[in-house]
Amino acid sequence: MTETIKDRVKTFIIENFLFGDASYELADAASLIENDIIDSTGVLELVAFIEDQFGIAMADTDIVPQNLDSLSAIVAFVEAKAAVPVTA
Amino acid sequence: MCGFSGYFGSIRDGKALLERMTAAIAHRGPDEHGIFVAPDAGLGHVRLSIVGLGDGQQPMSDASGELTIAFNGEIFNYVELREELRARGRRFQTSSDTEVILHLYDEMGEDCVSVLNGDFAFAIWDARRRRMMLARDRMGVRPLFHTMHGGTLYFASEVKALLAVPGISAEIDPIALDQIFTLWAPIAPRTPFRNILELEPGHLMIADQRGVTTRSYWQPQFPDHHQASTYSDESGAAEELRALLTDATRIRMRADVPVGAYLSGGLDSSIVSALAAGMTSQGLRTFSVTFDSAEHDESAFQLEMAAALGTEHSAVACRAGDIAKVFPEVIRFTERPIIRTAPAPLYQLSRLVREAGLKVVLTGEGADEVFAGYDIFKEARVRRFCGRQPGSRIRPHLFRKLYPYLPGLKQQSPEYLAAFFGAGDEPLDDPLFSHRPRLKGTAATKLFFSGDLRAELKDYEAADELIGRLPQDFGRWHPLHQAQYLESRFLLPGYILSSQGDRMAMAHGVEGRFPFLDHRLVEFAAKLPPAIKLKGLVEKHILREATKDLLPPTIGRRVKQPYRAPDSHSFSGPGELDYVRDAMSEDAIASRGLFNEKAVAKLYEKCQARPASGFRDNAAFVGILSTQLWLQTFTGTSIGKAEAA
Repeated sequence: MTETIKDRVKTFIIENFLFGDASYELADAASLIENDIIDSTGVLELVAFIEDQFGIAMADTDIVPQNLDSLSAIVAFVEAKAAVPVTA
Repeated sequence: MCGFSGYFGSIRDGKALLERMTAAIAHRGPDEHGIFVAPDAGLGHVRLSIVGLGDGQQPMSDASGELTIAFNGEIFNYVELREELRARGRRFQTSSDTEVILHLYDEMGEDCVSVLNGDFAFAIWDARRRRMMLARDRMGVRPLFHTMHGGTLYFASEVKALLAVPGISAEIDPIALDQIFTLWAPIAPRTPFRNILELEPGHLMIADQRGVTTRSYWQPQFPDHHQASTYSDESGAAEELRALLTDATRIRMRADVPVGAYLSGGLDSSIVSALAAGMTSQGLRTFSVTFDSAEHDESAFQLEMAAALGTEHSAVACRAGDIAKVFPEVIRFTERPIIRTAPAPLYQLSRLVREAGLKVVLTGEGADEVFAGYDIFKEARVRRFCGRQPGSRIRPHLFRKLYPYLPGLKQQSPEYLAAFFGAGDEPLDDPLFSHRPRLKGTAATKLFFSGDLRAELKDYEAADELIGRLPQDFGRWHPLHQAQYLESRFLLPGYILSSQGDRMAMAHGVEGRFPFLDHRLVEFAAKLPPAIKLKGLVEKHILREATKDLLPPTIGRRVKQPYRAPDSHSFSGPGELDYVRDAMSEDAIASRGLFNEKAVAKLYEKCQARPASGFRDNAAFVGILSTQLWLQTFTGTSIGKAEAA
């Protein structure tokens, strides 16, 4: 389950923000902002992705770097929200 | 306003060469053209007749025949200078400002630039000393490019004239590309053309038998941070500002043809139009661009201002698809890749002016640099405010006030706002502090650079080069003044005055004039206390104070709305033009080797599917497309059919 979430999020980030550059070494803990991977519009794209893919309704208070600024933070956040099981 | 070209060195058939060079820039001077050839030197000129209609032909020689000038631009204080010269016994053959420069050079040599108030680039062939002098105005309004080839110095108002010289060809400079994708423009004297340089603003060049030397004669200067200002009295400063601005506008109304004005509906062009309207008895004509999209359109303010002034107002509509239609031509005139489409509507606007029968327009350009109008100044102030209390959840809310027109920011938490603007964790003494978020956000577009290009640029950092170009005193200036310097010295000449300014206006033979860039006003404003330019988060406070009687309150109190145009959105949709698809195709991208074709394909797909992507995606799309068009236009190879490098 964790791997699935991580893989899906990682794929989304690589496809949508790194434009398929799989050679980019996206470390689990790397900051998406400090590494110029997402900007303010990108955060909203990420929120839309998480809501769509994991069935989570995100409140404004959820949209903070602590929850979304790295791959590992996103995975932890999705898990903690007890996501609805992902459909294939 | 005109264009010129020339050379210094020994070449065969200089006349034929100059004919070719001037033909390449004929759009700059549709009224007349002339050639001057001497042993080892030549000048060519195309003329847009504005002052001295009947007797200002160029190249112009003095009575001795030993000094010959080719000049592009205007000397706005030529009337006063001519009177002073006459009082010293000088005799004039023409009524033009061109002849004034010749007399001044005869008296003062290259130091003549110090008394000129104007927008100029010129070349003087001095047969007595067998030397060529080139000069460019203080702020960089008029362009001047040069290159050495085969031991000869060639120069011209636009690069396309230099490309008419046999043996000189266009090749992209990767470092310039890096600079554009970081700073929006190359750092002068570098240009996107390898081995072709521009003369920097406020510089002059002397070429003679000993070689070529270049030196600065003027640059923006600010007082020491802690030095008490001579303008502590706000009302006194406002009064002096008004007097200077009025005079700057008055001398820019000098022309033997009618002068119109651009009217965007913002504060700056409204002020200039209001001053100009009061100085003409024939009625002022004003011109503007309107947009379909509400977030870009300012037509309500334009109409309000035109009605208040009683001007004869004309507007050109920039509709969906219009930017894409003119974009290849726009790049032919900018002669550099660009990351925003904003020049394109200005290309349409100058065409409207020309079709209306005018050749000269005043604009409000420069006020944001000189009186601290841009959001980047406010942003830096808020970032410093946050930086003084890192971790504050309250302070970052101020960022929301800065960019009400950016939907992506409105919904963000204070934590995200602080993170996006690097507030709280950036060194406050960084010389580029004010510009770091912009540089960082723009440099993110380099994600699309190809592996080869990245490898070539791996040890290069544009921001470091920029720091290396700062004056010695920079560290002693107030942070606002540091930010103003960065805007005035780099982005203003490198992008605003060139890609959005001279090149778009001259594409249709129109001369822009900029009262806010009168050097007397620039020098005065530099000495004003920062707190009366940016008062709290109210931009251009002192300018508003100085002109509040000129404008309707709704205009005078308007918060700055940056001039923007739709970016990637302009190129997508059902009416997409073939050239866009061709230029962005995997084959075309791969064949030029500058960008990663797979990544560009995904970007293209993303922009097609959802046009409202963020800054990075928009800037990357426009930057890549314009680079592809640049290559096609100047290297003479069709996109998609380029040879492998």
